[in-house]
Amino acid sequence: MVLQLFEGEKIRFAAFDAEKDAEVFSKWTHDPEYLRLTEFEPARPLAPFHVKKKIEELEKEAGRDFYFFVIRMKADDRAIGFAHIHWVEWNHGNAHFNMGIGSPNDRRQGLGGEALQMLLRYAFEELNLYRLTGHTFGYNDGAQKFLAKHGLQLEVRRREAIYRDGRYWDALTYGILAEEWTAGNK
Amino acid sequence: MKNLFTGKLTRLVAQDIDAMGAVIAKWSRDSEFYQLFDSDPTRPRNAKRAQEQMRDYAEKNQPGNFSFAVMRLEDDRIIGEGGLFDALSPHRNAWLAIGIGERELWGKGYGTDAVQILLRFGFQELNLHRINLGVFGYNARAIRAYEKIGFVHEGAWRDALKREGKRWDSIGMGILKSEWEAKQNE
Repeated sequence: MVLQLFEGEKIRFAAFDAEKDAEVFSKWTHDPEYLRLTEFEPARPLAPFHVKKKIEELEKEAGRDFYFFVIRMKADDRAIGFAHIHWVEWNHGNAHFNMGIGSPNDRRQGLGGEALQMLLRYAFEELNLYRLTGHTFGYNDGAQKFLAKHGLQLEVRRREAIYRDGRYWDALTYGILAEEWTAGNK
Repeated sequence: MKNLFTGKLTRLVAQDIDAMGAVIAKWSRDSEFYQLFDSDPTRPRNAKRAQEQMRDYAEKNQPGNFSFAVMRLEDDRIIGEGGLFDALSPHRNAWLAIGIGERELWGKGYGTDAVQILLRFGFQELNLHRINLGVFGYNARAIRAYEKIGFVHEGAWRDALKREGKRWDSIGMGILKSEWEAKQNE
């Protein structure tokens, strides 16, 4: 039995701590490229106050349908990103997730992969979900490769559902079933 | 100009909370209807509870959600509900939902007529580029109706539903404005 769901090799999952995290989350919202890789919403810089309010409201409103983690480096406790599970349909065992590594300097080092595996373990072994759904965009080749590498399958391609930089792109959803994740981890 | 809200068999009207309470209470006794309409656990609701839910929803005032009651032209009877949701996004698409609560009126073209009004409203009033929907794998009648209207299969969220002890896909369908326009000229 895995007892440490929140401790990875290089990273750990922590609760959002407004005192420590609002400042650095705010900094990431000033990077439109990061926002466009992770969000459907229009890119919009948020002050630390707004970051705090937004996350607190989400946690309060969504309650048992929302699980938000700050990804921290174990070595120095630095926040490098977020991972969350939302819109849980308990009767069907289905939920959606999103994640991001805020600074380009922290990408391409396997930290996102470690975080995704921890998030999948949490979804399938703690929440006992049956499947998990992730979203990305036609222009985000990196995310598509990343999701496929971790065993997620492209399931639905919503044609021309994203308009950015003067043209339409497809919105892609990926899914993984608990049994597929378990088989991949043996 | 044509009346945007009137079709051949039905018209879309505002949801009158007082009038709809009793109607929704009646429909909610029909678990099959709600299993075809919604992925939430189906449950009977009394008129007062249905009205409270509609009032809460109205007070949230989400400007991108356009929900309607479906009224039959021949006798002004409320026979269903539907709408376009999340319709004011920079990506110019929306989600469509439709349900005919009066089961003796299924299969007579009322749902198709109401969807046609919603598409015209979406493409000609909201100026959307595409309209999305999710339909449950066990709802063969709806899938056929959407195909005839011109929706295209875009994939399936595998095993996303569990009902009657079995797993079912949720089917993703979409229609682009250009496809809808071509269909109008057929």
